[in-house]
Amino acid sequence: MIETRKIVIDPVTRVEGHGKVTIRLNEDGSIGETRFHVVEFRGFERFIRGRPYWEVAMIVQRLCGICPVSHHLCAGKAMDKIAGVDRLTVTADKVRRIMHYGQVLQSNAVHFFHLASPDLLFGFEGPVGKRSFVGTIENYPEVAKWAIFVRKFGQSVIKAVGGKKIHPSLVIPGGVNKNLSIAERDLLRNEVDRVVAWCGDALELCKRLIHEDAARLEDFGTFESSYVSVVRSDGAMDLYGGGLRAIGPDGAKIFDGVTPEMYDDVIGDEVRPWTYMKFPYIRTLGKERGWFRVGPLAQVNCCDFIDTPLAENARVDFKRPGRGKPIHATLYQHWARVICMLHAAEKVKELLYDDDLQGDDLVTTGKRRPEGAAWIEAPRGTLYHRYRVDEDDLVTNAKLAVATTNNNEAINRSVNKVAIDYLAGHEITDVLLNNIEVAVRAYDPCLSCATHALGDMPLFVTLEASDGTTIATRARA
Amino acid sequence: MEQRLQRAPVPDPRILILGYGNPGRRDDGLGPAAAEAIEAFSLCGVRTSANYQLMIEDAYDAAESDVVIFIDAAKSGPEPYSVSPVQPAMNVSAFASHVVAPELVLGLSGRVYGHLPRALLIGIRGYAFEFEEGLSARAQANLARALVHIRNVLIGRRAVMEISKGGALR
Repeated sequence: MIETRKIVIDPVTRVEGHGKVTIRLNEDGSIGETRFHVVEFRGFERFIRGRPYWEVAMIVQRLCGICPVSHHLCAGKAMDKIAGVDRLTVTADKVRRIMHYGQVLQSNAVHFFHLASPDLLFGFEGPVGKRSFVGTIENYPEVAKWAIFVRKFGQSVIKAVGGKKIHPSLVIPGGVNKNLSIAERDLLRNEVDRVVAWCGDALELCKRLIHEDAARLEDFGTFESSYVSVVRSDGAMDLYGGGLRAIGPDGAKIFDGVTPEMYDDVIGDEVRPWTYMKFPYIRTLGKERGWFRVGPLAQVNCCDFIDTPLAENARVDFKRPGRGKPIHATLYQHWARVICMLHAAEKVKELLYDDDLQGDDLVTTGKRRPEGAAWIEAPRGTLYHRYRVDEDDLVTNAKLAVATTNNNEAINRSVNKVAIDYLAGHEITDVLLNNIEVAVRAYDPCLSCATHALGDMPLFVTLEASDGTTIATRARA
Repeated sequence: MEQRLQRAPVPDPRILILGYGNPGRRDDGLGPAAAEAIEAFSLCGVRTSANYQLMIEDAYDAAESDVVIFIDAAKSGPEPYSVSPVQPAMNVSAFASHVVAPELVLGLSGRVYGHLPRALLIGIRGYAFEFEEGLSARAQANLARALVHIRNVLIGRRAVMEISKGGALR
């Protein structure tokens, strides 16, 4: 009989939500299975049922305090389909886009500056107290200034079109309820050049930090994988909409140009008894081989080019070592995230100089349909919403697939790789604890979204034998 | 020739209201509700922000203010509300992207932007914090009483003076 032991890490700091990590040891001390648990469940898909479909874009914002805008827009796109609208007016499309780019900008800024940069600036082994954004502020005040301003600007864009920070209201089925006024536009124009410049500075900082420790960072929690992202029909990065593309570890396309209505044809969900989070997989590859990654790494790997100049230069630079193949380094998610942040800043600037945003033609109507599906590239990756409604306009069924769920298998694999590399004996060391945090954080998981639960995210570790006996535990609040 | 010394008029202090909390948790929404009500007063020189939580970028706005009034819901403590001064701090252990304390907002304002506004925290007493929207009747009554005092202070621009006395608004 093979005896196994288990390490549980619960919860992880600087990750939104609440979860824990379990590492099972084999009898010989080698790493067995690794499990990234989420321990709460909220059930948004259930309590959306019975609500009028036009309310949904507002309701789903309650899913997450970090990216409510992504849920608002994605649900709104699905409701366009139900309203029978396949093409918005030019103004409505662009107003929604600028809101989305504001969201990508502020959310990626939160992750890079607040959550990731302390690891890169102070090292994974640095004391937790110093490895925080407060540490960054104390030691790198200029970086703190970029962080505060870029995030504030992203929030200002959202507020300008959404009306307010809490539960912004922009999207209605078939369009938007306001445009961007000239006064709002001019306020944002005054600041956008500085934001683009500071995103460029953040990119250079990120590259420098990664290059200084490239040998370790390239291998940290790294493995080859497939990638999935929404891509524009001409192959450009399009974080707001397009067809779904999947590429294999060698960069070859697995599918391309998939529409939201075809989602279930190409992506399946595996349920495992030990977690509320599902395990999505590419159907043609099967459950074993079909898992994939989403998020900034996938967004940069999947597209053929980026249609803004600074981000495109950064993409070419980023992809160069791969010689046409995907970049697989898990921690290079941070680098890719800053490229996406820069792209979003450039897109906001482009739109601020587009007069279509001041148009008055805001809503289109069509013939009602019983079902609507849509996706968007949220800051953490592909977000999918699908709804069915009855003849009384009430939602009868909802499916929400969030980015963290899409990354479920990949997070488990990164933790497994770190455990193999850093676990020595049966002691839960600070080094192991820190490194697992860093690996999980690379995916920027929003566990509130993934499990539809609210909560904080501290860190616990437990070491267990195969029979469930606890060998050791550690906790970090 | 007689020279007369003329005192320059003292400009009204620039006041920032930061009301925060989650309206989806009933009385936790007291802070945003207060900020929105104060915004409706349309008082010159008073800026308001209603949000789920304090954010580090609030430090930017704080740095452009003379007085910052934080308004939060209080799960316990005096009814209908309490007032306390806020001192800047950088070493706030609870810091995370979802948790920013008023002290840290002030600390960041001073550390990053070199300006330290005076500040106070108004905690309006709440009673119900379950997952539901809408303030409880008792919380609404407390909010109304707090708003009367805040409005009088803001209209009279006595906030700076009151804060310098130790934060006693009542």
